[in-house]
Amino acid sequence: MPPKRQIRVGTQWMYARDAQRALEEAIRVSEDEQREHGHHVPFIRKYVFSTDHKWIGIQYAITALTFLLIGFSLMLLMRWQLAFPGRSMTEIPIIGSFLVKFLGQSNVPGGVMLPEFYNQLGAMHGTIMVFLAIVPLAVGAFGNYVVPLQIGAPDMAFPKLNMMSYWCYLPGGILMLSSFFFPGGAANSGWTSYPPLSIIATQGQTIWILGMVLLITSSLLGSVNFIVTIFQLRAKGLTFMRLPFFVWAQLVTSFLLLLAFPPLEAAAILQLMDRVAGTSFFLPSGLVISGTPLTNAGGGNPLLWQHLFWFLAHPEVYVLILPGMGIISEVIANNTRKPLWGYKSLVGAGVFLGFMSFVVWAHHMFMTGMGTVISAFFQTTTMIISIPSVIILTALIMSLWGASIRFTVPMLFALAFLPMFGIGGLTGLPLGLAAADIHLHDTYYVIGHFHYVVAPGTIFAMFAGIYYWFPKATGRQMNEKLGKIHFWLSLICINCVFMPMFYQGLAGVSRRLYDGGAQYAHAKPVIWSNLFISSAAWLLLVAQIPFIFNFFYSIFKGQRVGANHWQATTLEWAAATSPPLAHGNFAVAPVVYRGPYEYSVPGYEAADYLPQNVPDEPALPPATGGGMLGAAAVAQKES
Amino acid sequence: MTAHAEPLHAVGGHEEHHEIEIPYTVHARPDTGVYNGKLGIWLFLASEVMLFGALFSTLILLRTSAPTWPRGFEELNIPLATINTFNLIASSVTVVMAWANLRLGKLKRAKLFLGITLLCGFIFMGIKAVEYGTKFQHHHYPSTNNFFATYFVMTGLHGLHVLGGMVVFTYLLLTADKWYEKHRDQYTNRVEITGLYWHFVDLVWIFLFPTLYLL
Repeated sequence: MPPKRQIRVGTQWMYARDAQRALEEAIRVSEDEQREHGHHVPFIRKYVFSTDHKWIGIQYAITALTFLLIGFSLMLLMRWQLAFPGRSMTEIPIIGSFLVKFLGQSNVPGGVMLPEFYNQLGAMHGTIMVFLAIVPLAVGAFGNYVVPLQIGAPDMAFPKLNMMSYWCYLPGGILMLSSFFFPGGAANSGWTSYPPLSIIATQGQTIWILGMVLLITSSLLGSVNFIVTIFQLRAKGLTFMRLPFFVWAQLVTSFLLLLAFPPLEAAAILQLMDRVAGTSFFLPSGLVISGTPLTNAGGGNPLLWQHLFWFLAHPEVYVLILPGMGIISEVIANNTRKPLWGYKSLVGAGVFLGFMSFVVWAHHMFMTGMGTVISAFFQTTTMIISIPSVIILTALIMSLWGASIRFTVPMLFALAFLPMFGIGGLTGLPLGLAAADIHLHDTYYVIGHFHYVVAPGTIFAMFAGIYYWFPKATGRQMNEKLGKIHFWLSLICINCVFMPMFYQGLAGVSRRLYDGGAQYAHAKPVIWSNLFISSAAWLLLVAQIPFIFNFFYSIFKGQRVGANHWQATTLEWAAATSPPLAHGNFAVAPVVYRGPYEYSVPGYEAADYLPQNVPDEPALPPATGGGMLGAAAVAQKES
Repeated sequence: MTAHAEPLHAVGGHEEHHEIEIPYTVHARPDTGVYNGKLGIWLFLASEVMLFGALFSTLILLRTSAPTWPRGFEELNIPLATINTFNLIASSVTVVMAWANLRLGKLKRAKLFLGITLLCGFIFMGIKAVEYGTKFQHHHYPSTNNFFATYFVMTGLHGLHVLGGMVVFTYLLLTADKWYEKHRDQYTNRVEITGLYWHFVDLVWIFLFPTLYLL
């Protein structure tokens, strides 16, 4: 008769905790053997043109974090102009004179920012943050590093495509940045590049389009790879309803990228033709610019661009948020030590969200005069899409109920994500109603709304993910104390940045004013908040210093930790600590026996978590002579 | 240890210079019924549908909102395009024949059919070049009006897709002997995948022909 609360591993009976340890030990030994016997991989193939999903994930992470900092810096420059319109930047303490020299006389003559340069900063801040920082971080970095590990795969389905995906992204990003050095500077028609403005804009816009084509190619290669990997390379026993929610989120995200980006590629080609071949896809007849009639044939439709652009860019919003929700789910399940509340509803809501995100795009265009019938349709779909978001948020909040929460740094970020995303989501509802949007459209209210979703929402989720998976990637833990400083300062500063924007927006301050509303009478009562927001934004930069230091310090000097540092259940923690590159992920292919979040399983007291790959505990044998039957049941289950 | 866990190397392809064995690169995964490449190409084609779908939508929107729109059959050369239509359909048949012959183990005939497919590609591009040349001679450029703008963009992008297919067919022909000898199943799969792509390119043309030339 098998001993109580023990499981059979091979021919032995042991507690799950011991089984897990034995498994880890065996994997470690096998890894060491591989390290010794594995043949040498040249540096350039291991670290530059790597096909290993883990290294590509790290490449993506470091590149995307760099772009995140660059995008952030562009905004900090804009905030100077908004706080002190027309004041020379040489007045900035310490770095002022250097900054003015760096930006050059053509952009900041005498230290004062030109409106054209302000527009470039705005357009490039949006572009860099969305396409070069957050999507690559959420999908390229976390997706690449975690998904194959979580599904028990040796690598992505197409490792070479994976490499190509990164090597389209990096040149695309560099091309985008290089556009600052072209005559007339970078793209300056907003990240949305609305025509006709974008078609008559300077050279930088052409570079923007070419950069976008590279980025679209990169995301296409990546999304095909992710979907095939998730469908084809799941470990034995890992059925779809046993996938961690993070994998589901990445799957839905990949479908969005796959199907939503091509229309933007088509639109980019058309805009390129408008700019270089003299066509007029987006140029209406009779357009007069600065008193000169345009010589193009005309007959085009500027609204067409908006439709094609938002057909991508609305699903893109969910591309930004879904991986974040996935990370938060993992962190919450792990730190509440209980299963996620409503896993099935989470999955259903995630998939429904994906579908719906394709039919809400025109709620960005209520003010274009496309007609009340169309507005009513998109208003309805917009209200419908809020339901799955609420289901996801509710499930995550309910997961906290009755838990003895471990307040680790990733968990702090996850806990902050919930109300922050909640604020972002709820403030979106008035924007989705055509009537309310008349007042709020293109004001700072919109900026506040989507930044609450993306900045303290997604970016906090990204931080949670970095703190959570750092031990897996490096074998070391990030410093908790610095992490907590980073968290609390960021949380306070980021709210001081975005909360007053609702206030400004409700007062009617337009989001595109170069002077922050100084010359508008209705902005007078709220204009003081520009300085407050800017100060908070600059402090937010200071708040990132502990993180940047912690990140690099911990890579080399962080506290060493074991393979399953957080006592988690999902498969990535069954792989070795910092799995070696160019050798696959698992010494033996893992087999999955249960769902992803088996924490605090009732009646199982050996540990408060049951990893997915630990064999099933047999049903307690019946009182009479159950020994043989029990063993047979185990044998049957395992075969 | 877990006695039932099968070693990684039990399933999957056998590309020699890649040391990590990815499962199901050659043979179908039982529960999904496809091998990786096949699922990959179907997904890629789905994204292509969205790409051309956006362009067709553009055509519809611009045309319906234009006060006047040139008639395709008055501006474009229908006989040449008809020849091209049948030419592409024929090439879709020959690429299937190439794949079928590979499955039957007849490499020589497969190469013949691949060659014919490639030739059809050349004929298509040749005819297209003649069409473009005539348009330019009559001073019809993309900038002339939105009819020619959509014509040049859509057929141009389609032409690039044909060209892409031709490059792959050339590669498949050049590497046929070596690959077929070493990795017969994998080579056959590659022809199948390229064939799927080629059918899609054919299908796009079947939509382009009536919408641009006949309406």
